Amino acid sequence: MAIRERLSGNEAIAFAMKQINPDVMGAFPITPSTEIPQYFAAYVDNGQVDTEFIAVESEHSAMSTCIGAQAAGARAVSATSSCGLCYMTEMLYIAASDRLPITLAVSCRALSGPININNDHSDAMGVRDAGWIMLFAETNQEAYDNFLQAMRIGEAVNLPVMICQDGFITSHAIENIDLVEDDKVKSFVGEWHPEHYLLKKGESMSMGAYATPVYYMETKRSQAQAMIDAKDVIKKVGAEFGEMTGRTYGLIEKYMMDDAEEAIIIIGSSAGTAKEAINELRAQGKKVGMIKVRSFHPFPTEEIVDALKNVKAFATMDKDDSFNGHCGPMHAEVSAALMAAREFGPLGINYIYGLGGRDVKVESIEKVFAELEKIAATGELGETYRYLEVRE
Amino acid sequence: MAYNLKENLMQGDRLSGGHRFCAGCGSPIAIRTVLRALNPEDQAVICSATGCAEVSTFIYPYTAWKDSFIHNAFENAGATMSGVETAYRALKKRGKIDETYKFIAFGGDGGTYDIGFQSLSGAMERGHDMVYVCYDNEAYMNTGIQRSSSTPMFADTTTTPQGKVVPGKQQNKKDLTKIMVAHGIPYVAQSTFISNFKDLSEKAHKAIYTPGAAFLNVMAPCPRGWRYPSEKMMEVTKAAVETCVWPLYEVIEGKYTINYRPKEKKPVEEYLKMQGRFAHMFKPGNEWMIETVQKHIDAKWEDLQNLAEIK
Repeated sequence: MAIRERLSGNEAIAFAMKQINPDVMGAFPITPSTEIPQYFAAYVDNGQVDTEFIAVESEHSAMSTCIGAQAAGARAVSATSSCGLCYMTEMLYIAASDRLPITLAVSCRALSGPININNDHSDAMGVRDAGWIMLFAETNQEAYDNFLQAMRIGEAVNLPVMICQDGFITSHAIENIDLVEDDKVKSFVGEWHPEHYLLKKGESMSMGAYATPVYYMETKRSQAQAMIDAKDVIKKVGAEFGEMTGRTYGLIEKYMMDDAEEAIIIIGSSAGTAKEAINELRAQGKKVGMIKVRSFHPFPTEEIVDALKNVKAFATMDKDDSFNGHCGPMHAEVSAALMAAREFGPLGINYIYGLGGRDVKVESIEKVFAELEKIAATGELGETYRYLEVRE
Repeated sequence: MAYNLKENLMQGDRLSGGHRFCAGCGSPIAIRTVLRALNPEDQAVICSATGCAEVSTFIYPYTAWKDSFIHNAFENAGATMSGVETAYRALKKRGKIDETYKFIAFGGDGGTYDIGFQSLSGAMERGHDMVYVCYDNEAYMNTGIQRSSSTPMFADTTTTPQGKVVPGKQQNKKDLTKIMVAHGIPYVAQSTFISNFKDLSEKAHKAIYTPGAAFLNVMAPCPRGWRYPSEKMMEVTKAAVETCVWPLYEVIEGKYTINYRPKEKKPVEEYLKMQGRFAHMFKPGNEWMIETVQKHIDAKWEDLQNLAEIK
């Protein structure tokens, strides 16, 4: 029987870490993920786990210790947010190219400046090209469930995994949650048996080579293939998780999309707000729906194109901006996916929303659908690069 | 057993030949001497910061390292080795490893005194059971001889060129060895290559087999950056010791011991004149520069002797 609890998102992640009992954690505090290493340090000091916890002096060192530990043959985890994720960026790329399946919990927060501690996705999106698998959660439950699946996914393709949730909105809000029993977690997550590692008996290895132009590109090509392969792994592990818990996961979640004529594509906790807006609009007879992206990298191209094919107008919701003068990062991915599939039917616009914790209400999402309704009716796109709930 | 260079060399090298270091480079000499201080039956994991030592030893698909080796980035050899050493403790506790491993990180002065300073400080403060060895060649040699905080005053580097107005570097060398002592770690030592390598060899053994964090600062000259004939390296390091520019000392549990006191302390000119990076100091009218260096070295030596006498 699942265990009913009430936990914040950070506590849920720390609890998942406790159940997994990884070999090493290296972490440095930063709002709003600070509670994760705090809870975990208490588990360590009270003997509830026998993980070696390294309280490092920076996020850069947090990821550096994780790389050292995972390369040595240990399972390593960390947690961070915002500028902390920025500060470890260099090491994120190295973790991916060394093919080390480290697991990192990110409680997403805006980047400075101006300095701001509230939620948006500019931290995670800023490192989207680092080569990590990136899963996003709408709720505390999803953050917990994603973390339990992370090692199975990362270790299958030898890529590190980032488990993202929304800072404060889910990291600090306490929600009902179904926890999986310890023994089930242990058998689901299993043991990691790397083929080569620094401390392997009878074998020495060198890691972190200098690669000349003769070899560098093949390294990158193999990372690209691992990310392509990760799509099936995420679905398989999500299905297996569903068999155990009744909560099945894929790359995306579709909400009221079967007959939807207008749709939004969104990531993270605002999907919950959007569902409420969709319920209200559906009650008025409007054919609206939502695609929630769980796996941002690998990007679910086929799934999104398929979900959009009968939609007249859609809006991609980006909780950060690329500052490229025309769109946010997810809209670029969605547009490229449609183009690659030769799918030119749906009319798409982009909203930048919720920056630095700007509140996203049910009415905010309803405004977006009102715009989409006009576009669907007139065929006129208007400005495609828009800001939501902002003083101009 | 008394130290014997021939026997020490017979142990074999754990850094194999065929690497791409320059002829006459001090770095591989420091590395090999330190690695020969490992008990032959012990396993080791070696880490190197980005720098000459990394790019000269591990160009895919070749590695010169016989032990397990990890290079991560320029500024994090301390943290990377912290992770490896911690994984070792975790896996050993869980019964997944039974052999004995030792952990040795190498960094140049760039990766140690400067960009890797925070990572090193963290690793030492946390007390990981590892040795951090700085092969100190007193500038960023891998990128082409730029000044570091380890570069001595007046040295001519590519970012402190001796020009018409500014005669080389304007600051004294940072005293990293003492900063490491201030971390309260059980073993800190300063060494270089003199006579039969006994000093470095014994210090490396102590550093490796002292439980907890240890730091070794090894003067490892760079013939390109210091501009001396490569075959003269041992003469340069000897002059550094005989002039007290680079005294040999160790600090065990906070207690300073000077391992070698020159019978007759030589003037700094004897060290400076061997190297092209100081050539401008010998031009007429620049005598004040040599005097300035002499004063600084005298004060440092005095300070060190006082520390060594504190009981």
